[in-house]
Amino acid sequence: MTTAVSSSSSFNSATVRRLLPLYGVYVALAALVLFNIVYTDNFLAWNNLRIQLVQVTPVVIVALGMALVIGTEGIDLSVGSVMALGAALIPLYLGYGMVPAIVLALVGGVIVGLINGGLVAFVGLQPIVATLAMLVAGRGVALVVSNGKYKDIRDKDFLAIGTDAFLGVPYTVWIAAVLAVVVGFVVRRTVFGRRLLAIGDNRAAAQLAGVPVKRVLVGVYMIAAVLAAVAGVIQVSRIGSADASRIGLLIELSAITAVVVGGTPLTGGKVRVLGTVAGAFLMQLLTATMIANNLKDSTAQMVQAVIILVAVYTARERRTR
Amino acid sequence: MSAPDAPLLEVAGVSKQFPGVRALDDVSFTLRAGEVHALVGENGAGKSTLIKVLTGVYQPDGGDLRHLGQPVTFNGPLDAQAAGISTIYQEVNLVPLMSVARNLFLGREPRNRLGLVDVSRMNREAAEILAGYGITSDVRRPLGLMALGAQQMVALARAVMVDARVVVMDEPTSSLEPREVETLFGVIARLHERGVGIIYVSHRLDELYRICDRVTVLRDGKLVHTGLIKDLDRLQLVSHMLGRPMSEVRKEGFTSFGGEHAAADSKPVLRVADLNSRHKLTGVSFEVLPGEVVGLGGLLGAGRSETIKAVAGALPLDRGTVEIDGTVVRRPNPVAALKAGIAVQPEDRKAEGLALGLSIRENIALAVLPRLSTAGIVSERKIDKIVETFMTRLRVKASGPHQRVGDLSGGNQQKVLLARLLATGPKVLLLDEPTRGIDVGAKAEVQALIDELAAEGLGVVLVSSDAEELIEGSDRVVVLRDGAVAGMLRGEEVTTEHLMNVIATAAS
Amino acid sequence: MTLVAEPQLEKAEAASLRTERIVELVQRQGALAVLGIVLVVGLVAYDNFRSFDNAATILVSAAPAALIALGMTFVIITGGIDLSVGSLYVLGGVLAAWASQYGVAAAFAVPLAACGVFGLVQGLVIAYARLAPFIVTLAGLLGARGLMLALSDEGGTTYLVDPGAFKDFGKGELLGIKYSVYLVVVLFVIGMVALYRTRFGQSVYALGGSEDAARLMGVRIRGTQIKVYVLSGLLAGLAGTINAARLGSGVTVLGTGMELDAIAAVVVGGTLLTGGAGTLGGTIAGVLLLQVIQNLINQDGKITSAWQTVISGAFIALVVVAQTYLARLRRVASG
Repeated sequence: MTTAVSSSSSFNSATVRRLLPLYGVYVALAALVLFNIVYTDNFLAWNNLRIQLVQVTPVVIVALGMALVIGTEGIDLSVGSVMALGAALIPLYLGYGMVPAIVLALVGGVIVGLINGGLVAFVGLQPIVATLAMLVAGRGVALVVSNGKYKDIRDKDFLAIGTDAFLGVPYTVWIAAVLAVVVGFVVRRTVFGRRLLAIGDNRAAAQLAGVPVKRVLVGVYMIAAVLAAVAGVIQVSRIGSADASRIGLLIELSAITAVVVGGTPLTGGKVRVLGTVAGAFLMQLLTATMIANNLKDSTAQMVQAVIILVAVYTARERRTR
Repeated sequence: MSAPDAPLLEVAGVSKQFPGVRALDDVSFTLRAGEVHALVGENGAGKSTLIKVLTGVYQPDGGDLRHLGQPVTFNGPLDAQAAGISTIYQEVNLVPLMSVARNLFLGREPRNRLGLVDVSRMNREAAEILAGYGITSDVRRPLGLMALGAQQMVALARAVMVDARVVVMDEPTSSLEPREVETLFGVIARLHERGVGIIYVSHRLDELYRICDRVTVLRDGKLVHTGLIKDLDRLQLVSHMLGRPMSEVRKEGFTSFGGEHAAADSKPVLRVADLNSRHKLTGVSFEVLPGEVVGLGGLLGAGRSETIKAVAGALPLDRGTVEIDGTVVRRPNPVAALKAGIAVQPEDRKAEGLALGLSIRENIALAVLPRLSTAGIVSERKIDKIVETFMTRLRVKASGPHQRVGDLSGGNQQKVLLARLLATGPKVLLLDEPTRGIDVGAKAEVQALIDELAAEGLGVVLVSSDAEELIEGSDRVVVLRDGAVAGMLRGEEVTTEHLMNVIATAAS
Repeated sequence: MTLVAEPQLEKAEAASLRTERIVELVQRQGALAVLGIVLVVGLVAYDNFRSFDNAATILVSAAPAALIALGMTFVIITGGIDLSVGSLYVLGGVLAAWASQYGVAAAFAVPLAACGVFGLVQGLVIAYARLAPFIVTLAGLLGARGLMLALSDEGGTTYLVDPGAFKDFGKGELLGIKYSVYLVVVLFVIGMVALYRTRFGQSVYALGGSEDAARLMGVRIRGTQIKVYVLSGLLAGLAGTINAARLGSGVTVLGTGMELDAIAAVVVGGTLLTGGAGTLGGTIAGVLLLQVIQNLINQDGKITSAWQTVISGAFIALVVVAQTYLARLRRVASG
């Protein structure tokens, strides 16, 4: 019992520094919700909440994968393009039924993930470089696949994913919730999750402890890409059309923001799944609040920029070199 | 005020504290003009810290720094450089992708009337200067493409170019070929004549006796000896470096190691044959019996850590085999070594051993996760059990298994690392400096544990810069020098005197 | 220790030197060689490609991208990255169009000042808060776009360039080639001098090659970092300005992905994304290569422009993978 010294009364700046990255996102989210309850009309109306939930869904799903990648001290810039690719693949095979189409979209994600992971783990490229290449090429492939055309989807079963609800909550939201639980489980309770964190914290030590580093890295990038493809599929089912040139544009920014704001450090070794979800909600709600209170999109973006910087700054590890 | 015969550089009573370590403790050091002053000591003795204080990288916590008799404070390397103190670091600190000439002149490039860098003049002058150092290759090529020795020469040329009055050389010959060493000594002789003071750090005794006038020995951050090198024979020098001062031995008594334990007639559990790795190891072979502790002795840079890494599959080998219980480990890599029953505690536990941001629990379980899980899902119960077992057995002091390893003391961090090794159920333990940087109490515990593990039948390979620890802990000692086996101590010969004799006389 | 007989050693050395030379050549001139091949293919296969007008078109449309890539090259050689340039490019265009009502000097000065200050802020944050350049400039991307939207009524207002000297600059030609192309050429020449022949250029390389070594060798790390981000911001703003002059308006919807095109051009041109090595000649070749491919795709008409993105993405991947292996080969060759 060596560290039980800091009593509750000594609430100093060091404590704040330590706790802010951990719980700051929940405090901010709670404050924002309170503000909205008081100042925004119909905020608590189910219709409004539902809209917020549905809108935040793709970001949450993509951010879950991003959190895993960032946990290994990596980054995945290609997620937006993978979303577009997943979306573009849907109309191609919808003729054979909903399931083959979705499976194919996910396979597209697997392939991109394998390439990303292979470039990072085996070739040894920096993650930002490897996934940058896929960010550019992935969207290109998506555009080629869809022939650069905007496609309407008429398959009722497929559209039902985006429009129907279970217990009043849209399917897409359920999917995101289930995925969040699964990712949380993977991080906390599986060998894969533990190894991923060890690699992010100290890759050399993990290697010497017999962790199959390359295999785990490939797995992580694959999961991130598949999750992005899922987000792409959901997006298509919700808006009822596949537009490869617009879907997932700049979502890597929102996803990274959600992860970082949620308290996952960019230096790896930690993954905060619940924090990531809260981070996505916070950014979504922030934009919605500003719009509801007649602040413009431009202001929202500038505020977002400041929040990213503040979050990264507070979460940054004190480097001693 | 500056007296003409004042020493070039002088420190008095300097101390430097790092979290958990007192790196320098009341150390004094004087460098006179025109002298080559050897600075020696084992790893962690405080040499690099002292050099960094002298060159402005660190600011001392206490003590005075005087330059030409005047008190000075260096707020950074630039201040020291401005005062005429140049440093050549052990790892070449130049920019590998830039050309040789651009490296040589970085920050002081010759410029033409327009204020632009005069590239042709720069290349011409660089070629002229480097010719004096025996380098005749194209100065327009990237520095990184030259041999390490040649890079070292460029660093030296750069350091000397700026009218340096003090040149600090941190193991300058560690990457040089014999021919290059001669060139270096030629340069040192020239500097000597010019009245430049040289601080020379090296572990090669031959070199020290050849070129140095004076020697200062550090150990555990304290000054052990300083004086003319000709008044000190090799054995005395080595015992200053490795041996404890007699007073301290009397005070602390012996280490916590027990007696011998090897069963003489058993088959070796580890057999290492003919390990070769370019520039690092040459034909290293030895055996370890079950229940035996084999020490690897030798000075820093003799190949002790490299041998450990090679056995653990973490150093690429040109040739050589590692056998466990008579079975050769194929495709040596850390995963295969671990499966074969080799557990390694690397020298630098923070860089290569522990995931400091994770908890004690995660760290202990890391290497054995597959065994503690079903279908990829870990069993918290099994982890708790194994973590509890080892935390109790190794007496890890922490607020609980969920405490961050980075927040533990050095000794407890080491215990966590050892717990991880033991959790894998190894046949062979490779321990590289297991008691470095941990307090006396934890040291005794770790030493007792090593003894206990050997008694249980594990084969242990022990590396330690602490001669007492090595001698008392080992049943046999393999002495390494320049990456090759220089001698072997067994039975009655396992004494500090013998060890130092072998190290001091094995000089080629 | 195995001893190698002397003559054998020399032979091996000569061979490794040869490998090294070839590797270096591929690394340096790869983009130029591919550009040459693509040009030949274009000249042979497409009639319309073979015209002076088409060449002039390629040059003019390459001009903004070239300016952004010029700044990006400096940033990447220091080991950094600037993702904000796409947004700054648009911001610069909008500001130039708006300011053109106050004369040609204002049309240049206002966007340059704004984007320069933006780059300065990013550089300060990177140098002093020691945050990763990619995250800082990512925030910059959002911030600059927000600023641009705020200035243009959420993108609803498109400022038209006032008729006058600024518009004339956009339309003006010399020997059939737009002024902006000459401007780009001049700036590249200045850039080359700055990069290869000044102490600032040397510190850019040193910083990217090894930050620790550079610090010990007395390079002013923070100053160099701040300067390259200011430079990158200025050039992005200027790119937006000349584009506004050409189009006659400050278009608000352009610019997404501009940063990626610039990075692609720089990387294809042989600059290491890890920093420390790169040439502006390579960057020019990279910019022109991507532009010519685009032009050829347009000429062909059968393949969609989507292929251009695929090709540039594949190019980046190919080039960085090749660079990694070439670097390894070089290390092996030089032993």
